[in-house]
Amino acid sequence: MNAHDILFWFFSIAMLLCGVLVIANRNPIHSALALVLLFVCMAGLFVLLEAFFLAAIQVLVYAGAVMVLFLFVIMLLDLKASERRKFRFLAAVGGVVVAGALAWEFAIILNRPIKPLLTGTTDFGGSLEAVVKPLFSRYMLPFEVTALLLLVAMVGVVLLSKKDMK
Amino acid sequence: MITLNHYLWVSGLLFALGIAGVILRRNALVVFMALEMNLNAANLALVAFSKFNKIADGQVLVFFIIAIAAAEVAVGLAIIVALFRRKQTVSLDELNSMKL
Repeated sequence: MNAHDILFWFFSIAMLLCGVLVIANRNPIHSALALVLLFVCMAGLFVLLEAFFLAAIQVLVYAGAVMVLFLFVIMLLDLKASERRKFRFLAAVGGVVVAGALAWEFAIILNRPIKPLLTGTTDFGGSLEAVVKPLFSRYMLPFEVTALLLLVAMVGVVLLSKKDMK
Repeated sequence: MITLNHYLWVSGLLFALGIAGVILRRNALVVFMALEMNLNAANLALVAFSKFNKIADGQVLVFFIIAIAAAEVAVGLAIIVALFRRKQTVSLDELNSMKL
């Protein structure tokens, strides 16, 4: 077992534990903090997969900007921890059936070897150039459309935040 | 030796956790966080495929997903704040009518 394997198990188990904490905590602030840890663990997995650029973006955008927004809104709304709900038997049975079906499908798919439709010839080994070059040549149009989308989102947020929506 | 399937298992489990959060929780903000977990699970699968199949396009797609997720979070949280201002709650049990 080399360092890569140990780090993989560490990051993935920590990440899944954080995922459980996110959905199990009654206090939304604790959920948000567990989600920050989850994003950091995901950045660690990206580093193991040699996607260094995406690891940096993950920490900057997700663990930074997105989580600040979440925490800001939670504190703005001053949410209290949710009280214990009444246990509903039918809903619990339905949930277990759906989750079991999903897990069964995953098991069927993942227990057979996966053949790729298309493979590259050279290992690009985490070079930034290999990731960014298509961004400005082949995926130029989607890149520009994303910029437009961010503008539209910004205008929409300003409109939604106005006090009197007419 | 860590193979592609290991990463896909982690991604699938994280996605299942996200779905469970969306179904189980009543707080709109926590449901939104669980949706972010789902997006991250998809990102992990894409990056793993990109590494093991030696194609950089998967990482480009993840870049777009992260950009769009950031925009989506901003708009979604603005909607939740607007809803809270009108109804004084973020519980999905009580936000059950389309009428404002």
